[in-house]
Amino acid sequence: MDINKYIASGILELYVYGALSESESAEVTRTLKKYPEVRVEVEEIEKALLTLSSAAAPYDPEFLLQSLKEKLSRRNKVVDLTQKRTNWPAYIGWAASILFLIGLFTLFNENRELRQSLQALQTEKIQMETDIAEARNNAQKAQQLLSVLRDKNILEVPLQGQSIAPDAYATAYWDKEKNITYIDAKDLPLPPRGMVYQVWSLKMDPLTPSSIGLLDEFEGDENKIFQLDNINISEGFGITLEPEGGSETPTMEQLYALGTVSS
Amino acid sequence: MQQDKLIIELQSGNEKAFERIYQLYSVSTYGIIFNIIRDEKVSEEVLQDVFLKIWNNASTYDTSKGRFFTWVLNIARNASIDKIRSKDFKNKKLNLKSDNFVDILEAKSNTSGKMDAIGLQKYIDLLEPMCKKLIDLLFFKGFTQKETAEELEIPLGTVKTRNRVCIDKLRSNVV
Repeated sequence: MDINKYIASGILELYVYGALSESESAEVTRTLKKYPEVRVEVEEIEKALLTLSSAAAPYDPEFLLQSLKEKLSRRNKVVDLTQKRTNWPAYIGWAASILFLIGLFTLFNENRELRQSLQALQTEKIQMETDIAEARNNAQKAQQLLSVLRDKNILEVPLQGQSIAPDAYATAYWDKEKNITYIDAKDLPLPPRGMVYQVWSLKMDPLTPSSIGLLDEFEGDENKIFQLDNINISEGFGITLEPEGGSETPTMEQLYALGTVSS
Repeated sequence: MQQDKLIIELQSGNEKAFERIYQLYSVSTYGIIFNIIRDEKVSEEVLQDVFLKIWNNASTYDTSKGRFFTWVLNIARNASIDKIRSKDFKNKKLNLKSDNFVDILEAKSNTSGKMDAIGLQKYIDLLEPMCKKLIDLLFFKGFTQKETAEELEIPLGTVKTRNRVCIDKLRSNVV
């Protein structure tokens, strides 16, 4: 092969341009490996073209290397394509969080209100339970009283108000078998401070009173029915107002109610 | 041999080798790209794409098929032509077909006053117009011999030899 002729043909310039076909290029590559002067020629052509094209650059783009290297190292990492776009998932996330917080706060408030009303209800319930227990107690008492009143063995003795208190009224229920006398004192006036009603069993001929008890805690007793033991064979009953603790004999000036047993 | 070693290192993913390759070829490649695109910012984008391709596709470069410089040149020209054919670029500006690298050198020596551009332009001015056109089409634009012959209306057989004469003149001035 005439190397000088080969070089002068201009094929090497086209080789460096990339203007040859693939097979022609491969052929030139083989030749330049074989002949050093061909290789030198190619390198010089390349150098001239490098200089020429460098002169066509507006400036040295050296500063781009840094960002380019960052792109290289990011090659295996996920490239965030959505960065420039509106980040909807984040906005939705925030909105959801705020709604969630509002919801939570509302629930918390509601919960607190419920707890408060529950507490009120519980207090009310306790009150009602107390009331019910009391009512049941009262009912029991009433039941007891009713059974007393219905008992055919019980003698009802109305006690009429006397001159000191004409409007006063009381009733004695006498259970002769059980030796118990109940006094319904609902229509007696409240006793003054330090005074107490005393109940007397009376024998008429001659008039002999014997105390069967005091109506203690008169003000506090709601139904004003008192249960007293009475072993006497009574012919009448009287109620007098006596100093606290009661008296040996009735103070006749203070006789509030009186009635005889009708036989 | 040093060049071959550098390319083998690049192919094995050595970032230092990549940096060296960038230093050796970035200005020249930027010149090629800018000569086609004629927009500094867009050319910068394409330049970065080209070097990412060089990094990612280094293993596909085969020494037996041609020069590494030629391989880079092909990537740069193809990327630039793809860019100017892309829709968003067409909307931006019309590519002026009559432009060649000589305009850039003239503009550069007029405005920036850079020594290398001025110096080089002096020698390029010595080239006859046909040489400027041949080098622009064959080297900068990547035309084939046939395309060049048709574009310049010269016989196909003379493209190779006339170009050889032009490059010889350039080399005697540059090197």
